[in-house]
Amino acid sequence: MKDVSVKELKNTATQMRMKVVDMIYKAQSGHPGGSLSAADFVTACYFKFMNVNPAEPRWPDRDRMVLSKGHVCPIQYACLASVGFFPESELDTLRKEGSKLQGHPSMTKCPGIDISTGSLGQGLACAAGMALAGKMDKKDYKVFCVVGDGESQEGEIWEAANTAHKYKLDNLITFVDVNNLQLDGTTEEVMPNGDLGDKFRAFGWEVIELDGHDMEEIVTSIEKCYASKNGKPKALIGRTVKGKGVSYMENQVGWHGVAPNAEQYEQAMSELKAQFIA
Amino acid sequence: MSELKKIATRDGFGDEIVELGKENPNIVVLDIDIGKSCKTGAFHKALPEQYLNVGIAEQNGAGVAAGLATCGKIPFVVTYAAFGSMRICEMIRQEICYTNLNVKIACSHGGVTPANDGASHQAIEDMGILRTIPNIAVIMPADYNSTRKLVRQAAITEGPAYLRFTRDAVPQIYGSDVEFTIGKAHQIQDGKDVAIIANGDTVRLAIEAAKVLADKGISARVLDMHTIKPLDVDAVTACVNDIGKIITVEDHNILNGLGSAVCEVAAEMGKGIVKRVGIQDRFGESAPYERLLEKNGITVENIAAIAEKMQ
Repeated sequence: MKDVSVKELKNTATQMRMKVVDMIYKAQSGHPGGSLSAADFVTACYFKFMNVNPAEPRWPDRDRMVLSKGHVCPIQYACLASVGFFPESELDTLRKEGSKLQGHPSMTKCPGIDISTGSLGQGLACAAGMALAGKMDKKDYKVFCVVGDGESQEGEIWEAANTAHKYKLDNLITFVDVNNLQLDGTTEEVMPNGDLGDKFRAFGWEVIELDGHDMEEIVTSIEKCYASKNGKPKALIGRTVKGKGVSYMENQVGWHGVAPNAEQYEQAMSELKAQFIA
Repeated sequence: MSELKKIATRDGFGDEIVELGKENPNIVVLDIDIGKSCKTGAFHKALPEQYLNVGIAEQNGAGVAAGLATCGKIPFVVTYAAFGSMRICEMIRQEICYTNLNVKIACSHGGVTPANDGASHQAIEDMGILRTIPNIAVIMPADYNSTRKLVRQAAITEGPAYLRFTRDAVPQIYGSDVEFTIGKAHQIQDGKDVAIIANGDTVRLAIEAAKVLADKGISARVLDMHTIKPLDVDAVTACVNDIGKIITVEDHNILNGLGSAVCEVAAEMGKGIVKRVGIQDRFGESAPYERLLEKNGITVENIAAIAEKMQ
């Protein structure tokens, strides 16, 4: 765990958001909405909590990150570049032929990606497998997983929740990015999730509900997860805003998988710049 | 054919996996509630620390296995062929094959061997479906000893593999000293008039058909093509060049399986005739195993008759 202040993390998250917007703009393709809603959690993981080694991406004792909602990989790419897994300039190759940065993350192409995802609902089971291997090998690493609220409609998520409970995977920390939107509309319209916190609790998980954009709360919640060695897998149910940080994208279902044009790009970047705290 | 007693190839898996697990602590069996039926009981008893059971949740089982494999484990996901291929097809594609992880899908109840269970449990499409996914080896051994050899080969060969076993007992063909290599056909006998290429539980039929043909003066080359992917293209090419008349035999739909794979080679060569014996693109039913084979023409008599006609 790195000694970094909440203020620094907030500014880093803003920086990461700018990289997300920049790379999606340059690619003219990608998923800005969910990348921005998950930005604060993923930033906190990479810049404060995760023990990784860019010189040895497959270091067996590293902490892992699984984006079960793989389409929000621009936020992970931004963090991986900043932490040093590949040069920042490669962010400009997102979704281009020959790039490490596939439209959905590929572990065989991009250093720092712990598992390939993109087909929804599958990442939590993979993360559980990693956490289980950690338990079997008596290693201390943590596995972080980001699950979407829309994605929680997939049955495999709940199969994996059972497995994590059975095998007492308290080294598995799952952030449920509850931004209330999915491709076709609101989760309420498309398929109501009910109370996701209650659902995970019913599956035997330790649940913490939080504002998924409040960096202080994110940090204290993850710290609680680290401290709680009670055999229960951890679910952080994050109330988030899809498109967070860019006014015209916020809570707009239309910004799920669309790139900004030149004018929108300028506006987004200037809005984000204004969010840096002196 | 040997006079030894018949044994289901799932037993070969169950016996070999225990040995493998004892030799390598990274070997993990991941059951999906049908371990007893898939013969992992001995492994569970001998190596409880290397044994997992994720309940009736195949999709999650595939994902957990992928996660384990990223951490250096060699998971064997154990279930029935119908579920281990089709229920988790996309998980195999996304999390095991696209990632090229060292996960083995080991399935009992291949083909129509779960005979009285009916069509829901008979896997007639599995090998063909998985053959179209990059990176995965697709294997069906013929008998107990070759199952042990090929399970061991799969365990020590990096990358995804699908292994398919029989529920029902099948005759023993090979001694324990015969070696098998994934992707390499095993020639049981040479011949010049027809090549019979079979795999899994139908290899015994190919051997018997060759005997019937020999009595009629027709000499058959018999190949055990236990691996349909990667296919031993050289062995098929040799059959086309040397003989030109090929019969494929499989306990699988005639579409997409061994027969199709062999046809692809012959068609690209632009020569040779291939006749396919297999499930006639229709669902099975609850019936005795041998009856199901008969209904689809997967019999010694039919193989021999086709070979005779080709002369």
